[in-house]
Amino acid sequence: MNPKSLSLPETGTVRPVTLRLQDRLAAQLPKLVLAPTVIVTLVAVYGYMIWTGLLSLTSSRILPVWKFIGTAQYSKLLENDRWGVAVENLIIFGGLFILICLVLGVLMAILLDQKIRAEGVLRTIYLYPMAISFIVTGTAWKWLLNPGLGLQKTIRDWGFESFTFDWLVNPDMVIYCLVIAAVWQSSGFVMALFLAGLRGVDQEMVKAAQLDGASMPMIYRRIILPCLKPVFFSAFVILSHIAIKSFDLVAALTGGGPGYSSDLPATFMYQHAFTRGQMGLGAASAMLMLGGVLAILVPYLYSELRSKKNG
Amino acid sequence: MKTFKTCLTSIALSIACATASAGEVEVLHYWTSGGEAAAVNVLKQEMESAGHTWTDFAVAGGGGESAMTVLKSRAISGNPPSAAQIKGLDIQEWGELGFLTSLDDVAAAGNWDSLLPPVVSDVMKYDGHYVAVPVNVHRVNWLWANPEAFKKAGVDIPTTWEEMIASGPKLKAASIIPLAHGGQAWQDATTFEAIALAEGADFYRKAFVEHDEATLKGPTMVKVLTTFKQLRDLIDADSSGRDWNVATSMVINGQAAMQIMGDWAKGEFTAAGKKPGTDYVCVAAPGTAGMFTFNIDSLAMFTQSDDSRAQAQKDLAAMVMDPKFQETFNLNKGSIPARQGMDPTPFDACALASMDDFTLSAEKGTLVPSMAHGMSTSSRVQGAIYDVVTNYFNASDITAEQAAEKLARAVNASL
Amino acid sequence: MVKPQQTLTQQLLRYGLYGILTVAALVYLLPLWVMLLTSLKDVEEIRSGTLLSLPGSINFDAWGKAWSGACTGSTCEGIAPFFVNSFKIVIPAVLISTLIGALNGYVLSLWKFRGSELLFGAMLVGCFIPFQVILLPMARMLATLGLANTTTGLVAVHVTYGVAFTTLFFRNFYVGLPKELIAAARLDGAGFFFIFRRVVLPLSTPIIVVCVIWQFTQIWNDFLFGVVFSGSDTQPVTVALNNLVNTSFGGKEYNVDMAAALMAALPTLLVYVLAGKYFVRGLTAGAVKG
Repeated sequence: MNPKSLSLPETGTVRPVTLRLQDRLAAQLPKLVLAPTVIVTLVAVYGYMIWTGLLSLTSSRILPVWKFIGTAQYSKLLENDRWGVAVENLIIFGGLFILICLVLGVLMAILLDQKIRAEGVLRTIYLYPMAISFIVTGTAWKWLLNPGLGLQKTIRDWGFESFTFDWLVNPDMVIYCLVIAAVWQSSGFVMALFLAGLRGVDQEMVKAAQLDGASMPMIYRRIILPCLKPVFFSAFVILSHIAIKSFDLVAALTGGGPGYSSDLPATFMYQHAFTRGQMGLGAASAMLMLGGVLAILVPYLYSELRSKKNG
Repeated sequence: MKTFKTCLTSIALSIACATASAGEVEVLHYWTSGGEAAAVNVLKQEMESAGHTWTDFAVAGGGGESAMTVLKSRAISGNPPSAAQIKGLDIQEWGELGFLTSLDDVAAAGNWDSLLPPVVSDVMKYDGHYVAVPVNVHRVNWLWANPEAFKKAGVDIPTTWEEMIASGPKLKAASIIPLAHGGQAWQDATTFEAIALAEGADFYRKAFVEHDEATLKGPTMVKVLTTFKQLRDLIDADSSGRDWNVATSMVINGQAAMQIMGDWAKGEFTAAGKKPGTDYVCVAAPGTAGMFTFNIDSLAMFTQSDDSRAQAQKDLAAMVMDPKFQETFNLNKGSIPARQGMDPTPFDACALASMDDFTLSAEKGTLVPSMAHGMSTSSRVQGAIYDVVTNYFNASDITAEQAAEKLARAVNASL
Repeated sequence: MVKPQQTLTQQLLRYGLYGILTVAALVYLLPLWVMLLTSLKDVEEIRSGTLLSLPGSINFDAWGKAWSGACTGSTCEGIAPFFVNSFKIVIPAVLISTLIGALNGYVLSLWKFRGSELLFGAMLVGCFIPFQVILLPMARMLATLGLANTTTGLVAVHVTYGVAFTTLFFRNFYVGLPKELIAAARLDGAGFFFIFRRVVLPLSTPIIVVCVIWQFTQIWNDFLFGVVFSGSDTQPVTVALNNLVNTSFGGKEYNVDMAAALMAALPTLLVYVLAGKYFVRGLTAGAVKG
């Protein structure tokens, strides 16, 4: 590469009138570097989405069979009681999970940011659940939440005979058990994000406010939390993608039960496509899930890209 | 039942002859527990001593859910294993898609038609050709009881569902959980189909084999569903999500009085050092004496492109039918051999009763395929029934009539 | 803000703060604690005791069995052999996806071209696709490429779906780098790769740490891809663990299950314990800006 005659796009340097092949290559270099990822993404994300979309229009059972039957699978899906439960569960689960994680995350980050002595140890303890999958912790959680084995029994054994915690076996409450375990896994990570955000806040501003006589709660509300807005946003996106993809959690903790009261769209989709020989229906549910994902993602991307351009 | 000693030797010979060329078999299965693994190892060793290579692909988990996912991705990538553990009507689905290879020559050489009862061989055939080989026959409609618990409560082991429900309060009074149950869809369905069978094999077949709409939502089904829901009172509050073997151990240690479960439960009793007849009792599920709900495990054979692999696969099929394997495997698993005419001496009382009832029920026409275990219907209809049954059993706001309506609708929608 | 002279209220508040944080820590540790306790008990003790009762005697038999004796299918060699498989998958996948992510992020932040923002947005969708959806088409694709049921194929799958995340991390980090630095290097006539190697990469340590930790955790914990795309002799440790834990026939040895689970979690736990500090530091350094 000859640095002297190197030309770069969008840098404002004047392009030489003639470009040698080498230089042209150099000019295209950024695009070339990006190309493999773009191609792979086109195939492995968009190609497969289209594939799934087409599959959802077929009568496929245990394997893809390209016999098209229009939107029959979608109407079947919408009539399916269980799908309704799964979607409703996702709304409850996702909403609570995101909200609790955000609130807990901010609170813990603020508490941990008070120049705590054992910060390193505590932070690691809050963060470690993120390191382990529910394949590993599933059994322990199942025991803890099971009224006959876990917390309820333990606390009753301590002498609190009337203590009741039977959400895991109660069809109306089981979804909240999923929320508990999911919050346990992800809140530490959200805390780390906020902690990072807090450390990035301009200390000069805080000092100035203190000199003006503002109290700490006031400073947090008026100065620090507004600075964390982008972190809220990132955390929200990460959490919503975790919520939508939640699968291991259900498989490990409840298997969808009691009945199918703790089913989520991801488990519904997997079971129908892979173990029930309803691949067409599974694909249709996957498409609706993707639709839901895009509904969250597109506004995020839009604002993300816009703010970057302006900033 | 006649023994077929000559056939046995001819099979042994055919194995010996067939091993001229060594090949590889890859077997995808979900027999991963200690006893099962030991049984599969018998097969593995036989294959290896015949000069073949055995590649084991075991994927555990809930009735083979993960294993099926693996199988599908392997099939779609054009690289299916030699053999995979597939059961019941799913064999037909795979056959229809053209993945399975014909074993007719092995079957003819091994005289399978005379060794296997027609109910079994029908399941193994697609379009009249053998495409799979059976390893065992499970009886699903068993009631496992702890006689000690019944003695303590002063009640008899129930022979009808009414008796079972009536025994509940007395057992509870003796602080024994009447019925050990695990709240998972397939366990709910296992109990449900046993109650349905008590209404007669014809009713059962109309509902779960023929999927007759009128039967599915008729008054008999409503009655079955009502009885089913009444069993909820016999079950402890913490049953949701419980594995079946945990429920069995509740019967073993006297915490619970009985369990409705297939004969694989026997393995748990055996592992705990319990003796049939004294420590535990196996009887037909209430109202189903002399009837038999079967569940057959089998290995389906996938078409291989490589000749040596295809040969090894045929040897594998022959070996699965080998009496030695059938005996070891079934002793470990609690089931009975799929091939007839085996020496019954090593088997215990429960297995012997199962063998007798199998032949008897076949003659009387009360031998029926299990719905809960994918024998009577494809996995998608089965799944639809599961959903309705388990939801009805767990939800408090559905009546038996509504559930019957839903059942008929769900089955129709998935046909 | 700790001041030299603390009032009584401040001191009380401080105790309360430590109290809350400690209780929270105990709650977070509970599942791990239960697993550890169970793995140290013998089967009889598990059956008779309660969940949180301490083991009568500390007993590492279950750990030994889980490591080298438990059955995961027809072989009974414990989960030890599967650790090798996992590392064979995780190490290349993490390295490749991090490197590609770094290059992508570099282009998307410092060498923007017309439409690059759009491409970035399009790439990000890859973070959000439910993985169950892509199993079958991916299986077909790997077979076409001759990578079906190989470690290479599995690495390729992890890289494919990991790159979206790594690109996001690096891009957001590089956007925050001082523009003058790069502009100066460019004016000096330095080329694309020269700037990357000599200017950008040396500044990237914090984000590389974040990226490696994230990718390592994701790939190590993966079960779905591992079970579907691996060959029979290349299964990762999560698949072995599943075979061990999800087997419901025969007497269940919960202590062995728990010991195996803890062992399978050990590498990721270690990474978080040892590098957790750098993780938060890396996030601070810019990964979350935006």
